[in-house]
Amino acid sequence: MLDIHELVAKVEGKQILNGLNLSIKPGEVHAIMGPNGAGKSTLGNVLTGRAGYDVVSGDVTFNGKNLFELEVEERAREGVFLAFQYPVEIPGVSNMEFLKASVDARRKHLGLPELSSFDFMKLARECSQKVSLDPAFLKRGVNEGFSGGEKKRNEIMQMMLLEPRLCILDETDSGLDIDALQVVAAGVNAMRDSARSFIVVTHYQRLLDFIVPDYVHVLANGRIVRTGDKELAKELEAKGYGWLEKEGV
Amino acid sequence: MSARMTNSRQSIPAPMSAFQRHALMMAKQQSVAASHGHLLSSLREQGASEFERATWPGRKLEHWKYTSVQALQSNETAVWAAGSSASAECLATQLIPMHATRLVFVDGVLDAAASDTMPEGICLFSQADNLATDVIEANLGKVAGTVDPARRNLFASLNGAWTLDGLLIHVARNVVLEKPVYLVYVSTAQHNVVANLRTLVVLEQGASAQIIEHFLSSEHVSGNNGFVNTLTEIQLGPNAQLHHTRLNLEHEAAIHVGAVHVNLMRDAVLNGFTLSEGSQLKRIDYQLNHCGQGASLSFDGVYLARHDQQVDYHTCIEHRVPNCTSQQVFRGIVGNKAKAVFNGRIHIFEDAQKTLAEMSNRNLLTSNSAEIYTKPELEIYADDVKCAHGATISQLDETALYYLLSRGISPANARTMLSFGFINELLSSLTIEPLRVWLEAWLRNRFSEDRSLVSDIKPATDSGAEP
Repeated sequence: MLDIHELVAKVEGKQILNGLNLSIKPGEVHAIMGPNGAGKSTLGNVLTGRAGYDVVSGDVTFNGKNLFELEVEERAREGVFLAFQYPVEIPGVSNMEFLKASVDARRKHLGLPELSSFDFMKLARECSQKVSLDPAFLKRGVNEGFSGGEKKRNEIMQMMLLEPRLCILDETDSGLDIDALQVVAAGVNAMRDSARSFIVVTHYQRLLDFIVPDYVHVLANGRIVRTGDKELAKELEAKGYGWLEKEGV
Repeated sequence: MSARMTNSRQSIPAPMSAFQRHALMMAKQQSVAASHGHLLSSLREQGASEFERATWPGRKLEHWKYTSVQALQSNETAVWAAGSSASAECLATQLIPMHATRLVFVDGVLDAAASDTMPEGICLFSQADNLATDVIEANLGKVAGTVDPARRNLFASLNGAWTLDGLLIHVARNVVLEKPVYLVYVSTAQHNVVANLRTLVVLEQGASAQIIEHFLSSEHVSGNNGFVNTLTEIQLGPNAQLHHTRLNLEHEAAIHVGAVHVNLMRDAVLNGFTLSEGSQLKRIDYQLNHCGQGASLSFDGVYLARHDQQVDYHTCIEHRVPNCTSQQVFRGIVGNKAKAVFNGRIHIFEDAQKTLAEMSNRNLLTSNSAEIYTKPELEIYADDVKCAHGATISQLDETALYYLLSRGISPANARTMLSFGFINELLSSLTIEPLRVWLEAWLRNRFSEDRSLVSDIKPATDSGAEP
């Protein structure tokens, strides 16, 4: 599904990713952990095509397509989804309008008819209940006045509505209490199937108790320096990242 | 510098412009016809005298530096409207559907057939009973008359000189006017027609009201350069509360010069909202005076200008006494070759301690040929106050844009949504729900039918993006 080969990328002139390799098959969940500044968030932004995140070399293939030949919105319509670490507040634009425009764009790309307002509203209400968000929030501005937890749940709700092929969760667990964490994890787990893959970027092993990964990677200095299964996350939790320096990676 | 200029001009009066001479001639034509003139005679005489002496606007006058009155100078053949009725089509398509007392004026003359019966307290000056006459005599010209003569707008003087009739809205002590008062001012497509509108609003102690002033054009005929000159004076007694909304949505050929003057007495509350589309000449002045302690006002404004339009807002909030609050938020979008001016002044008098005043002005330019002149002015003579002001001219927020794109929304659609949202955010202060819903739909339509108000400019710093 996703093949990242020797990816080198810069942010504001500074090289952050230094030859990253990662291969993900349909249905797999890959956790990416690592110290601050390792390039975890950069990876998500490079994959979605954010301006200012410049690819220097390397290539990424997504379902057989060269990802870097696609614009931001085209990648999204192909099924790449990033749950933001810091979801953006957009007062004046209602959640409803935002979500419908997103779903319309994805459906059009898939050759499906646009949902009527009625059908969309029904779907949006169902999804909001799954992530325990009051449906009244649909009328408010995008993320306007939302708590940190509400914003993250809104991200998961968008993921449910858009039904992407590749879901990148960028520190979705940060700032969540245990209840919100469980809501978010349940949402993610409900979406796991044999065709959908996940990249779960996190600092903490805690999230991986709820979203059990197939692989755990350690990202340091812009490269994956170790790969293991879920036990690696527990090891990291116990040992921290100090050993990276000792091993000279 | 401006004071010296004013003095020198007073000592050697500049010759009147052709429009000034014509406008005074028009006032004389009216006087002959006036039958209830005694009530208005001093206002008319004083207005004419001030207007005659006023310097005609030009680039050298600070308050008219960026706005051209050329459209009026070519209007020396202006005539009074005969008065007509609004077309059924205009009423059906352009009016805001809401539960309100509706009064429709066509080219400045009441269209009784299209209007509701005036409730107690509301009347034309020409139909004033003894009580109403007393209210008019006590208040007319008194609110606007408190402006520093050096800062007075000559069109306010002209409005006085031209006032033959007017509308009084008087809300008695502790009366709550449940129904909003919806004033519709229709300009017809008649060439060179002039309308002069004078409105006096008096809320006695503890009274409460909602007033909407809605200016529109009946038909979209090019070449219509009708001129509407308005002055609304509002006196808010102690503890009075007013929601005042003013919409200037006329055809872009229209010439509109208008002013709203408000005095707030002790603990009075004003919630103001204004939205204007540009035209060949549109100039609107707000003068808001805190005259009694504990008064507070919030005041939101929007201007949208495209094509060759211009729109000019001059606002002045005077804190004359202590313990008052002002919150002002203005936003504008300017596209094509249009020009917008925002001049926001807050004047805090020496005695006005414990004042809280905030003003914000944000602008989006959607074309490299569009112009915005924004000038916040804070004059503070008291030492124990909290004041803040800010003015920005910017592009759309790149992070918000990325967020929308990352959900598959096209760049064109995303930019429309964000430009619309930039304005729509301010509509949340409108408390009359049908009004807010109507205006949001109007705004949405404006943004979807014409991309000139959508910011498609990419920031200059965006060079780092991948190819």
